[in-house]
Amino acid sequence: MRRWAALGVAVAVVSLAGCSGFQSVLNPEGDNAISIARLFWFFLTVCASIWIVVMAILAMSLVRARRNTAPETRDQRRMGFVIGGCVAASVIILVVFTLASFFTNKSIAAAPEDPLTVKVEAHQWWWQVTYLDKRIDHRFETANEIHVPVGRPILLQFESPDVIHSFWMPNLAGKQDVIPGRFTELTFTVEKPGIYRGQCAEFCGIEHAHMGMYVVAQEPFEFDKWRGRQIGDSVPPTNAMLRHGYMVFVSNACASCHTIRGTDAGGVVGPDLTHFGSRLSIAAGTVPNTMANLQGWIANPHGIKPYTQMPSVALAGDDLTAVSQYLESLK
Amino acid sequence: MKTRTVLDVSPLPESSFGSRTLTWWGTLAFMSLEGMGFALAIGAYIYLRVFSTHWPLNSPPPDLWPGTIVTILLVISAIPNHFMATWARAYDMRKVRAGLTLMSLLGIAPLIVRAFEFWGMRLRWDTDAYGSIVWFLLGLHTTHLLTDVGDTVVLNVLMFTRHSANPRRFSDVSDNAFYWDFVVLSWLPIYFVLYWLPRL
Amino acid sequence: MSAAPEILRDTDLAERSLEERITHIWRTPSGIIGWLSSVDHKVIGLRYIVTAFTFMGLAGVAALIMRLQLAQPNMHVVNADRYDQLFTTHGSTMMFLFAVPVMEAFAVYFVPLMIGTRNVAFPRLNAFGYWVYLFGCIMLWASLFSNSGPDVGWFAYVPLSRGYGVGHRPDVWAQMITYTELAALAVAVEIVATVFKMRCPGMTLDRIPIFVWGGLVLAFMVLFAMPAVMVSSTMLILDRLVNTHFFDVSLGGDALLWQHLFWFFGHPEVYIIFLPGTAMISTMLPAFTRRPVFGYMAVVLSLAATAFFSFGLWVHHMFVTGLPRLGESFFTASSMAIAVPTGAQIFCWIATIWDGRPRFATPFLFICGFIFTFVIGGLTGVMVASVPLDTQVHDTYFVVAHFHYVLIGGAVFPLIGAVYYWFPKFTGRMLSETLGRWNFWFAFIGFQIAFFPMHILGLEGMPRRVYTYTPEMPWGGLNLISTIGAFIFATSFVLLLINVAKSLRSGVLAGDNPWNAETLEWATTSPPLPQNFTRIPVVSSRAPLWSGDDTFPVIAGMRADKREVLLTTLTEAEPDIRESSPGPSIWPLIAALTTGFTLLWSIYTPWAIVYGALPVAVSLIGWFWPKGTKEDES
Repeated sequence: MRRWAALGVAVAVVSLAGCSGFQSVLNPEGDNAISIARLFWFFLTVCASIWIVVMAILAMSLVRARRNTAPETRDQRRMGFVIGGCVAASVIILVVFTLASFFTNKSIAAAPEDPLTVKVEAHQWWWQVTYLDKRIDHRFETANEIHVPVGRPILLQFESPDVIHSFWMPNLAGKQDVIPGRFTELTFTVEKPGIYRGQCAEFCGIEHAHMGMYVVAQEPFEFDKWRGRQIGDSVPPTNAMLRHGYMVFVSNACASCHTIRGTDAGGVVGPDLTHFGSRLSIAAGTVPNTMANLQGWIANPHGIKPYTQMPSVALAGDDLTAVSQYLESLK
Repeated sequence: MKTRTVLDVSPLPESSFGSRTLTWWGTLAFMSLEGMGFALAIGAYIYLRVFSTHWPLNSPPPDLWPGTIVTILLVISAIPNHFMATWARAYDMRKVRAGLTLMSLLGIAPLIVRAFEFWGMRLRWDTDAYGSIVWFLLGLHTTHLLTDVGDTVVLNVLMFTRHSANPRRFSDVSDNAFYWDFVVLSWLPIYFVLYWLPRL
Repeated sequence: MSAAPEILRDTDLAERSLEERITHIWRTPSGIIGWLSSVDHKVIGLRYIVTAFTFMGLAGVAALIMRLQLAQPNMHVVNADRYDQLFTTHGSTMMFLFAVPVMEAFAVYFVPLMIGTRNVAFPRLNAFGYWVYLFGCIMLWASLFSNSGPDVGWFAYVPLSRGYGVGHRPDVWAQMITYTELAALAVAVEIVATVFKMRCPGMTLDRIPIFVWGGLVLAFMVLFAMPAVMVSSTMLILDRLVNTHFFDVSLGGDALLWQHLFWFFGHPEVYIIFLPGTAMISTMLPAFTRRPVFGYMAVVLSLAATAFFSFGLWVHHMFVTGLPRLGESFFTASSMAIAVPTGAQIFCWIATIWDGRPRFATPFLFICGFIFTFVIGGLTGVMVASVPLDTQVHDTYFVVAHFHYVLIGGAVFPLIGAVYYWFPKFTGRMLSETLGRWNFWFAFIGFQIAFFPMHILGLEGMPRRVYTYTPEMPWGGLNLISTIGAFIFATSFVLLLINVAKSLRSGVLAGDNPWNAETLEWATTSPPLPQNFTRIPVVSSRAPLWSGDDTFPVIAGMRADKREVLLTTLTEAEPDIRESSPGPSIWPLIAALTTGFTLLWSIYTPWAIVYGALPVAVSLIGWFWPKGTKEDES
């Protein structure tokens, strides 16, 4: 009885979990993830049935055997045939499983036509995202966030300058390792607009836990609008406060690591901040991008992400406010 | 529990040779695992070669001479080694002593040439991955060569002491010969990989 | 060659004085040096078992700390640095210092007893292996306690472990591998020689107890799998120590070479742990169903087939590294195929229960708990064998759940059952059945609560090896449940410890064969005398203790004046040679110390290998040089 109850609970929990989740295998919104989810439910149904049957037979043998008083009298040959049959049945099921996963794999791996190509470089511990384009001046860079148009295939090309990372957006596609010295890529098409979260899935060092990112899937016209803005340089500061903030940024250590296109800040160690204000999160998905979080982050990065490579920069109170306001103005 | 005797084993011998003894099987097991180590190291060499655009990376192929001399020395040593095993089985103390002394010398000779082999690789272990893997393969085999020569020398000394008057010692000599064959045989694929694969 | 009159044979002595004499010859000497010199496979086997369980306990505490840290988002029980050391040490300990050694330890203890001989084939190598293993255990945990525990995962992927580790932490990991592999290989060599040549007369291949087959299969897998991790960890040490470039992408090296080598070892490793567990099930089951295990041949062939297949599926750990798709499909097929022999074994066990009269003692409860749990783990294993599914669940908590179901369900449950089953043989006393039942239900229920939710966590997107997660992720609830389950599960081990402690003082005396089992270890006293059998038994069936005879067939003519074992032929087990068996010696310990310190030192300088070569050579010569004992000289 308890086993059945446990199974019931398990099934209920699994199906509940499937209802929501912006970082979940069970809520697929990309073609790649949808076919895998279909395969998953097929496997799960068959496997759960097998388990129930095996447990039922085990339970029967336990109950039955207690009544049994004369051992060693069973027809051993018949039992041998039954076992042979079970083995044959498992072979058939496994062949079906193998074929099913082979064909799913084939459909996932098919090369896309006219994909949107984005280069994703994984760093300890953030994602550098470069939109490639034939026109050099249409290339642009952002971080920890990929905007994509729904319905168009996306081709991600991966690179890692340090250790092995793994790119994983469970709602959209299976994961792909990012390996130094190796060329890897991933394709998928997002079917529904929305914000999806993912994070690094290969242990990549001490802040592996804080290496998240977002995919923002938009209707094509919205995506084009976003892209148009991102191609452009940063918004120049429009008032005294923002100008002060800009000065703080370029005259302190900030500019030696970060680029803000259209300004003197040209560092290439950390993320490009040209349109920082338009992003969803700070520190690779660690906290939402709000003014308060940003101030906290600049004042003491290690308070939010203890082992981040971003150093603390000592700033006076009004400098901190100004630089935060400036960065948030970079829409 | 009460026992009843069904078999008398007192007529059985107290020592023997080859696959009838424990040591032989132990030696074989060690050879299997070491052979597996060699195979994997060779696999790593081939793997690195497959994944690089040119090979050997930025170096000329190794100098053929030292490696070939070691190969010839090792192959030649297999002959007296075989005879020594036969003499041990015949409990011929005089010949076994002579054979062991000869085998000690025939073991030390390739070790000396081996030093020139490292030199003949024409690059260091820290030059690049090619340097690392050739030094690794060579080092791995040298370790085996060194340990077996050490074993032969110790056994050689032992056979000139009072401990030699023991049939088990002759069995040890035969197992030592068995292991030397492994050291020689395992060298041949490594020789091919190190010296001829870069020339193919 | 000793003169005839000096020889004393067992036929020359009366039963009583014979036993005393043989015991005297085979005993472990008294005193501290004597204790350190022991070469008795039972003494060493028990040392292995106790040590392995001790470190399992420590690694379990590490797991509890991690569970506390993960119980809710953004917890601060430990920091990331500490967490990484904890999960690396937990994994490394459980795999290298607990699971493999404890399975080998049971083989070291029981193989000689089950095949009716007096010691393992190379008793001093056995002692050496244990000391080296202990050295590795102490080094790893001393490092953890001094904040230099390895922090790059039990799999130590390059380039992270090559150039990004803190201080000497990755070296500690790599050198720990060397120690435990030395020990594992030593045991493997002994087991192969022991099973091949030392079976008692009449124990033909088809009469070998299944646990002994399990030990043999384990030994072969170790022989062919462990060299891969020896090679790769040596390369890693060289990369770090003397600047080689095996894994250096910029100079022709390759990051995936590590993964190929590591998993070529790492996948068989899982079966090295699991197959002895199944062999324990097959060995215990007859005693609790009161019939021989159904399908002896099928079970033995399954063991061999599983071992064979296990070498052909390492790539399924690398499905997301971007290897060619066609190659991956081959590994899907082979990973699925391995489920067939494992399934066959499960069917055979259920048939055994179906046809038997079960006795619901604690070991049998663990057998049932094993089937319940392991089948889940096996089926999720089939899921992760599929490339597309694996790309989603790889490196997530789904996989964490999967392999804990397989390893705890498939190996630890049988192991705890085996502790209850064989405790009377170890100590002469029974463990308490009442506490045993509590132990089982805490373990079983606690385990399911701790690990079942992890499947769902993985599907909800929780990756492995994260030290925390943000509150926006919906993982807090299930993680809390899992943590509670972990503590319930841990309690079961406390109960086991209490049970052992109580029973050691006041447990019911067991007698020779308390379970009325069929195999030879129950034919001798509990605990066995140092010589195991005063007279070597002769067997004529697979279940020598169920033959119905009231007298036990034995051989005569063994010498009673030195340690002697009987060697038999490989397949038919016909008596062939009476060979001396080495006596106690302190040299294996000395050799282990010189080797151990040399390897430890080599973490800091490559010259240690050069300086250390001399003491190592001296200790080895000391070990093998004849000392003039009867065993040495005849």
